[in-house]
Amino acid sequence: MATAPIVPDRHPPATRGWYKRNEIALTPWLFLAPAMLFFAVYVIVPIGQSFWISFHEWDGLGEKTWVGMANYDRLLGIGDQNIDRKFEVSFWNNLRWLILYLLAIPLGLFIALFLNQTVTGIRLYKSLFFFPFVISQVVVGLVFSWFYLPREGLLNAILGLVGAGPINVLGDPDLATYGIIAAGLWPQTAYCMILYLTGLNSVDPEQVEAARLDGAKGWRMLWYVILPQLKPATFIAFVVTIIGALRSFDLISVMTNGGPFGSTRVLSFYMFEESLSEFGFRMGYGAAIAVVLFFIMLFFIVYFLWSMYRDERGAR
Amino acid sequence: MFPTPIAKRSRTAQIGYQAFLPVALIVWLLPLIAVALFSIKPDADFTNGNYWGWPSSFEGFTNYGRVFFESNMPRYLLNSLLITIPTMIGAVALSAMAGFALGIYKFRGNLLLFFIFIAGNFVPFQILMVPVRDLTISLGMYDTIMGLVLFHVAFQTGFCTLFMRNFIHALPYSLVEAARVEGVAEWRIFLYVILPLMKPALAALAVLIFTFIWNDYFWAVVLTQGPGAQPVTAGITEFNSQFRAAYHLMSAGSIVAALPPVVMFFLMQKHFIAGLTLGAVK
Repeated sequence: MATAPIVPDRHPPATRGWYKRNEIALTPWLFLAPAMLFFAVYVIVPIGQSFWISFHEWDGLGEKTWVGMANYDRLLGIGDQNIDRKFEVSFWNNLRWLILYLLAIPLGLFIALFLNQTVTGIRLYKSLFFFPFVISQVVVGLVFSWFYLPREGLLNAILGLVGAGPINVLGDPDLATYGIIAAGLWPQTAYCMILYLTGLNSVDPEQVEAARLDGAKGWRMLWYVILPQLKPATFIAFVVTIIGALRSFDLISVMTNGGPFGSTRVLSFYMFEESLSEFGFRMGYGAAIAVVLFFIMLFFIVYFLWSMYRDERGAR
Repeated sequence: MFPTPIAKRSRTAQIGYQAFLPVALIVWLLPLIAVALFSIKPDADFTNGNYWGWPSSFEGFTNYGRVFFESNMPRYLLNSLLITIPTMIGAVALSAMAGFALGIYKFRGNLLLFFIFIAGNFVPFQILMVPVRDLTISLGMYDTIMGLVLFHVAFQTGFCTLFMRNFIHALPYSLVEAARVEGVAEWRIFLYVILPLMKPALAALAVLIFTFIWNDYFWAVVLTQGPGAQPVTAGITEFNSQFRAAYHLMSAGSIVAALPPVVMFFLMQKHFIAGLTLGAVK
């Protein structure tokens, strides 16, 4: 009786493909290739190109003329010229946006604390409070510009009830930017609220009970027990709020288009205006503004990445 | 639970809370309620100065009918869909693959690549604007839906990869090891082991991308013009100049433009919120 060999006599095919031998090393790159290609072509390379364009004078069609640092000199007022007034206004407005937009974080926390209860229908309330974030900024802008209308607007109808005079929020150069920021805070607060609501869900109930037995309550409880546990939510809220503040464009474009008298411009809007508006296609100058904005953003990006890197190390 | 559950408070506190909730909600949504009210009012109410009173007649059907039949609105809505859905599929597909590569394999430069994707996702749009517009023009895709879709897919891939990678990274690695011992090819591991586990992440990203892209305005203005390819966010400005100062129609138009992401949100609420918290806040 023939006995079957213990080891099946099947040699692995002598010519195991090159791919098979390197499968583990190659696969990640094959999987990454499409994403990397798209991202490089549409994001990474354009950043470099913008830097390059910013050293030129260019109308977007003809030849580029090398002008070195001239665009930056004109923008920042280096040498014997004054700083670009529009740039100055935009920069200060950006700062206003950054600081006031951060109010969305405490406001969101406040609403989240208010809604973190279990009563009938609370789920629906939470969703409806979140509503403004889902709507496009264009519509938010329109809604608020009608809300602010001097004659037809609801704001003045309410102010009229308490006897305050009608105000034209978007027509007043001193008020317009704040009016737009208020409109922006509406969806942003909703976003922060949802972040905190999810965060509050995962707060350790035992710690809360223990703190309660120790007599902690109200503000002290919030500050020493709850907030430390909400740190991940606060971090994300901070990231998205900063990015949102520096990206502000839609609202300004829809609500005032930079006016009145250019008082609501921010860097992102000013850049667009210089490069692609009816005032002419000054791509080089626009690119220089974009580079300045990029560096402001980079400051925050580096901070975010550094925080994430620390977490990543800590997790290992 | 914090704050103290209202059920443990006095009876008056409970009633007070329940009564205050709707009031707070109305105040919070006041600007939106105003627009909804405008959108069902007749034209006459505006000429008579009856802005905030009760509508003298219900004209909801007339107003919304005019939005759909007397303007380019349907065309813009269609464009928005044609831009949003392919972007959603493209970005989710690319980032699922990239997230798999970054989350499962250890190789040189893994973390660096991951951070490049994250950083790219945060850059200001303006630094991309001129080159991307140029590229789109030279590809012959200016003012086409394809031009917008390609850019959106590329840009959203950054955010989606961040999300996907973290999600996959949190899956038990032993699954992959077990499959390898069985001699399963790597691409099959992706398809049959990892992908089925990624359903919640896929759903979360799909709804998020839908909302982001539907609501995009900047790139729509930069890369398109006119009703041929413009999505509804950009089209609404043209719509508004057609019905200048006709607030009842402009309001109805805005509501129509805003509605699809709202519907999406209510249908997929759980996934939407999981996505917004970047999966980091469990």
